[in-house]
Amino acid sequence: MIRVENLNKAFNGKPVLTDISVTFEPGITNLIIGRSGSGKTVLLKSIVGLHEIDSGNIWYDDKLFNKLEFREKKEIRKEIGMLFQGSALFDSRTVEENVRFPLDMFTDQSLEEKTERVNFCLDRVNIKNANKLFPSELSGGMKKRVAIARAIALNPKYLFCDEPNSGLDPLTAILIDELIKEITEEYSMTTIVNTHDMNSVMKIGEKIIFLSDGILCWEGSNKEILDSDCSTLNDFVFANALAKQLKKSPK
Amino acid sequence: MAHKNEIMIIRFFEQVGAYFILLRKVLSRPEKPYVYYKQTMHEMVFLGLNSVGIIAVISFFMGAVITLQTAYNTENPIYPTYLIGLGCRDSILLEFSSTITGLILAGKVGSSIASEIGTMRVTEQIDALEIMGVNSASYLILPKIIATLLFNPVLTLISISVGIFGGWIAGTTAGVITSEDFIYGIQYAFIPYYVTYAIIKTLFFAFIIATVSAYHGYRIEGGSLEVGQASTKAVVHSSILILLFNVILTQLLLS
Repeated sequence: MIRVENLNKAFNGKPVLTDISVTFEPGITNLIIGRSGSGKTVLLKSIVGLHEIDSGNIWYDDKLFNKLEFREKKEIRKEIGMLFQGSALFDSRTVEENVRFPLDMFTDQSLEEKTERVNFCLDRVNIKNANKLFPSELSGGMKKRVAIARAIALNPKYLFCDEPNSGLDPLTAILIDELIKEITEEYSMTTIVNTHDMNSVMKIGEKIIFLSDGILCWEGSNKEILDSDCSTLNDFVFANALAKQLKKSPK
Repeated sequence: MAHKNEIMIIRFFEQVGAYFILLRKVLSRPEKPYVYYKQTMHEMVFLGLNSVGIIAVISFFMGAVITLQTAYNTENPIYPTYLIGLGCRDSILLEFSSTITGLILAGKVGSSIASEIGTMRVTEQIDALEIMGVNSASYLILPKIIATLLFNPVLTLISISVGIFGGWIAGTTAGVITSEDFIYGIQYAFIPYYVTYAIIKTLFFAFIIATVSAYHGYRIEGGSLEVGQASTKAVVHSSILILLFNVILTQLLLS
């Protein structure tokens, strides 16, 4: 479980996140949604410690993450997997080496054991016969899947995904969403996904928080989101003409 | 105007401070020495071995020009011709092989380090390392420092040898000196300390190239435009520091 309490963050005096308090439960897919520039990525990066927060607390289970020393933070980071918007695979390493990297750095396993784990993770994300390929030889969807395989290589307790569907076609996006949901349930991870893709929201949004201008405006699930009376959320959810029409039509 | 100067001075000291903070992070104890060893070997090939060609070509022609210029500027019966060989040897040994090699490597290796690390920064690969709990500064930069410290002296020795060889070829081909006189000249009054001096300078220059370039790459904020700018800054700042330290080291080591 990850708990955020009264988080504030500003860049050059301009507030980006204001008084955010939220709890992310394990075993379900937690979504952070909002328009571009609403503070989703800053919130995600603040939670994982890539941004120093100005005030507030971030708890990883019973550990106050933002007050920990570098070494203690490092121990928690070994339990974190993250899928970046652009996949962030290491260009100079093959698919196999990318997935093996966390194992090389943090385990004393033999090469055979590591290779077995790499193949298991790649198999889990449906990547076949691509061990020796470099990231530049992969499609966008494959890159995302390899990045997920790398993120789960060390069996993390926490999984963060920053816009996992960006740049993907709708079908591949659905596959990635399903994969994230399956893995979350399978390993009982605390998963937080940043997205502005409504398909993802409806498909995997078991818990959703909506940010607008750095303020948490709404919290609920995909079953509740269509009936919300939050106007900024409704503007976001029913942004396109078809959605507006559906909203007006009788249930 | 005075306010602008103050801001520039503050920025300068901020940058110097940030450079030393990064160095502290880089020089912390590696967690997995074997991974670092592999990475260092890779960097030695990428940054060192791949530079042998350009260093050899430039040194050859540098030696050739030094020999011809020395010959044409000492066309006087008072001077023995073997002084051309001696002049070529000492110019290459004392100055050209270490400093010019340093400047060439600042361009080739420095821009490569800055753009590689900078691209990793803008494509979030460095963030990915940090998230995993890896000391990204140490993992990415320390192997480059070790590789350049180990390999650049080898490049300097290659440069010295090829430079003198180039001088011999040019001198004898142009007919400005006989082979015997040139070889006598490069052996005459040889001071072995000059080689040590060249190696010491090279070690300083290697450290400057690797760390200054890595610093500019590591601190990038933005996109591909900033990668290009960082690469240029890396070359300019490394070159200026090399020239500055050239003066300081020459005074310290030869006075």
